[in-house]
Amino acid sequence: MDAMIPQEMRDQLQAQVASAEHPREQAINVMYAVQKHYGYLTDEGLVEAADILRLTPLEVEELATFYDFIYREPVGKYVIHVCDGVVCWMFHENSVFEYLCKKLEVCAGQISADGWFTVLPAACIGFCDRAPAMLINGKMYGPLTPQLIDEILEKLKTAYCDLVICK
Amino acid sequence: MFEEVLFKNRRPDRPATIDEYRQSGGYEALIKAVKERTPEEVRQLVLDSGLRGRGGAGFPTGRKWSFIPADSGFPRYVVPNTDEMEPGTFKDRVLVNLDPHLVLEGIILSGYAVKAQTGYFFIRPSYELDAQLIEREVAVARQAGFLGKNILGSDFSFELIVHRSAGRYICGEATAQVNAIQGNRAHPLKDRHMASDGLWHRPTIVNNAETLACVPHILRQGAEWFKGLARTKTGAGTKLFCVSGKVNRPGCYELPMGIPLREIIEGSAGGMMPDSELKAVIPGGASTAFMPARYYDVEMDYEPLQAIGHRLGTAAIMVFDQSTCLVAATLNLIEYFARESCGYCTPCREGLPYIRDLLWRIEAGEGREEFIPMLQQMARHMDSAYCSFAPGAAEPLLGLLKYFEDEIREHISQKKCPFSESYRPYRQLWYPPE
Repeated sequence: MDAMIPQEMRDQLQAQVASAEHPREQAINVMYAVQKHYGYLTDEGLVEAADILRLTPLEVEELATFYDFIYREPVGKYVIHVCDGVVCWMFHENSVFEYLCKKLEVCAGQISADGWFTVLPAACIGFCDRAPAMLINGKMYGPLTPQLIDEILEKLKTAYCDLVICK
Repeated sequence: MFEEVLFKNRRPDRPATIDEYRQSGGYEALIKAVKERTPEEVRQLVLDSGLRGRGGAGFPTGRKWSFIPADSGFPRYVVPNTDEMEPGTFKDRVLVNLDPHLVLEGIILSGYAVKAQTGYFFIRPSYELDAQLIEREVAVARQAGFLGKNILGSDFSFELIVHRSAGRYICGEATAQVNAIQGNRAHPLKDRHMASDGLWHRPTIVNNAETLACVPHILRQGAEWFKGLARTKTGAGTKLFCVSGKVNRPGCYELPMGIPLREIIEGSAGGMMPDSELKAVIPGGASTAFMPARYYDVEMDYEPLQAIGHRLGTAAIMVFDQSTCLVAATLNLIEYFARESCGYCTPCREGLPYIRDLLWRIEAGEGREEFIPMLQQMARHMDSAYCSFAPGAAEPLLGLLKYFEDEIREHISQKKCPFSESYRPYRQLWYPPE
């Protein structure tokens, strides 16, 4: 089992919730922070998030399962959000998704064997002028070609960068 | 070239700073408003300007603001909306990255106009870097005295909080957004009037970021000037048109409201791609109908489009050419909507997958003649849904049925997609590769 969240982080999140005009408004921020700590929103993390927010675990679960940027199952270090908007589709007819799945030998939601990547479909990410596009760690990439995808993944594995909170 | 208003501080590689924004007249409107204008005057000016909501519905902004009952107490809230998940739409991303303080000034002015104390700036997770930018610039604006307690020495105090979302298209719907900010599952709340019973049951106004960015300009240069920016008599202002698809220069362009579609595609967007011929456009994001090439000269404004049975929506123009199968394109859109449905009401939750299944079969060559009336009936059922999500989702399908029924029939009679053998239904991708 993963370690619990550190006391310092818990204190900081509790202070953040306490200082909010409406504590529950912080629900997503708390889920993001706990998710960042564990890599995904674990069962223990969910209970801890509920405790910090003074909600029931069920109330947090209701939210966690609603949103596509909260992961209730393990994901790779980077989550590749492949845009499946109609403009991206127009240019590749799902082949970006297929290429990534084949290259990484995964289907949607699985983790690549090296632990680096998970591929998920994403609602139009708003990069239609550079279609086809994908979003990784807050950054948008496009227009994608197999070669460019290879380069991007290689760079992500070799160059260090901070993870954004929503991954 | 046309006069750029929202984009006038455009830099090639970075957002405009607060100083650059102020040099171009930025924050003058706010300074004048808090010192010389009453909130009523600000609301009246915006009403007179004819500004309509840029987020898709096109509701007159000044009227929306006037719905807050005068005797309703405090606190009151404004919710600037940068959820922007309508497929094809990316104007708010471009706008926020280009001139963040223009959007911020618009938000603060909207707060002043409706006497709100707090704003919750709703930003989707795909725009995380923009959320970080906004947080930095909010701090800069606070430092400069434009946010916080007693702004510029007046008795108006206003705080802006960046609210990060965690995804889902439905959160762009104003009432669902209110639920989302409150930390509830983001179901719409259509039975409640946001103007008196919104966030935490307090008066709340939800506005799109582009709408708000027009406000400082209206206040500084007047309602008549703003109206004069449009090409059409009924229109007002400029509009950010997001052009994508089979054109040479896809992008977000600020053009006069009411500019003909032809001028947008052949001018700013650089014409159709080589070997591409215009077949149809979706004029305003995924929840507007396919519009065939015969409407190439229509004026892109709310009323001229309405007159021919179409909607301006978010003015995200997606351009389809002769090589694109519109049955498959509709299937893609319906797949999107079926996944993004919040599942709260039955017509949307059950109807969209049903439509998807019919389109799947047609695209895979298993279609039958009776599927066409079934599709028509199901599209009509979407009007029984609780919020506007499902009727919007049905729009592309209705456009397909109205203008491209022959194309559906070709699929059925040829027992295959006439455009491509290689259409890959999305569902396959959920299973492990062989």
